[in-house]
Amino acid sequence: MNIVLWICGITLSIAGALAMIRLAKGPSILERVIATDVLLLIVSAALCVDMTINKHTDNLIFVLLACLVGFVGSVTVSRFVTDRRNA
Amino acid sequence: MTKEQRLKDATDESGARQRATLRQELPLLAGMMLVWGALWQDFAIGNLVFGLLISLVLVRVFRLPPVILSGRFNVWRAAVFAGAFLRDVTLASFEVLYLAVFRGPRTTSAIITVQLRTESDLLVTFVGHVLTLVPGSYVVEVDRRTSTLYLHVLNVNDEAGVEKARASVMMIEERLIRMMGTKEELAELNAEKSAPGKEHGETP
Amino acid sequence: MLDTVIDIVAGTFMIVGCLMSLAAGIGMLRFPDLLSRLHAATKPQVLGLFLLLAALGLELRSWAVLPVLLLAWLLQLLTAPVSAHMVGRAGYRTRHLKRETLIADELAAVVEAAEQREEAEHGRDGNRDRADFID
Repeated sequence: MNIVLWICGITLSIAGALAMIRLAKGPSILERVIATDVLLLIVSAALCVDMTINKHTDNLIFVLLACLVGFVGSVTVSRFVTDRRNA
Repeated sequence: MTKEQRLKDATDESGARQRATLRQELPLLAGMMLVWGALWQDFAIGNLVFGLLISLVLVRVFRLPPVILSGRFNVWRAAVFAGAFLRDVTLASFEVLYLAVFRGPRTTSAIITVQLRTESDLLVTFVGHVLTLVPGSYVVEVDRRTSTLYLHVLNVNDEAGVEKARASVMMIEERLIRMMGTKEELAELNAEKSAPGKEHGETP
Repeated sequence: MLDTVIDIVAGTFMIVGCLMSLAAGIGMLRFPDLLSRLHAATKPQVLGLFLLLAALGLELRSWAVLPVLLLAWLLQLLTAPVSAHMVGRAGYRTRHLKRETLIADELAAVVEAAEQREEAEHGRDGNRDRADFID
């Protein structure tokens, strides 16, 4: 299980770094929103890995919340972007 | 919901929506009750009843337009659908991984039009959801009046790819109609299948 | 014996699940425009979270957590397509796309026609906002 933890940790770190590059570069606000979404999902993946390795369920509610926060965030921003153009 | 009702709802600009009756909301209430139980990790009767009360209050305060169910649900077809869904998601996820690593900036895509057979809002929503979850396509725009979906499809290289993507959407719709469509839609689908050589879903 | 097998299955699930996050990261960086990046961003994660939650369920071996795991996944199933659609729609409307990577755009003609009709009916920019959000 220790090897699995290392592999998962490294994979998720690389993924997080890539998402952050897009977050910094991303030409438009919509790109930044989806990059944030990816980052949030990587965090919830890390929470899942932690729970599996240490065999507890304390973080499960945060995984649920991460889904909801990402959803509300991206919907709000994209709504705002469309509205501003139409107005 | 009948076609006239749906058209009226879609074109009514006053913003007034039809209200759902308590009977139409029963599946929603049951679902919310189960979510409450799952969140507390406790499915005792008392807890579930309290969850039901909370969902009743929520449904009364935040009113929603009605969702019309077809009244038909085929469990075997649902299992087939779930299996096909998981297989599609797995295959397509690896395809996106492959594309991201080896194709990268040279990936081409297309925006295509698919006109669905069904007229039910619920089925259109379901088809849109399922094909968005299967990597490779998502819904950019919907025309509710004609049940037309405008999709963005990844990795389409030519006209043949466009037709293939369209056929796969019709396949998803077929599975869903067999699972939970109305009797009329099912009969129409069977009639279409038994009359070969007739092309469907081609005209935008 | 059984424990070892379950551990191996769970470990494989976890590694593949994390690989899906990596796919999202790479896709975000390498795909050419917003609309294709959206594919990489939202979709592989559905499988990724499913595998990670399955691994968690396998390791905990308790029936009580199963509904919460299922709920977490279903919540993602419900929310991911909606946010993908909203961002994609906003992206298309604000023209965040590279035309040269599109093989076909069957929506462009429809939008064109709608805009012309709109202008004929209401004059320039009249009432467009409301018409957009009816459907």
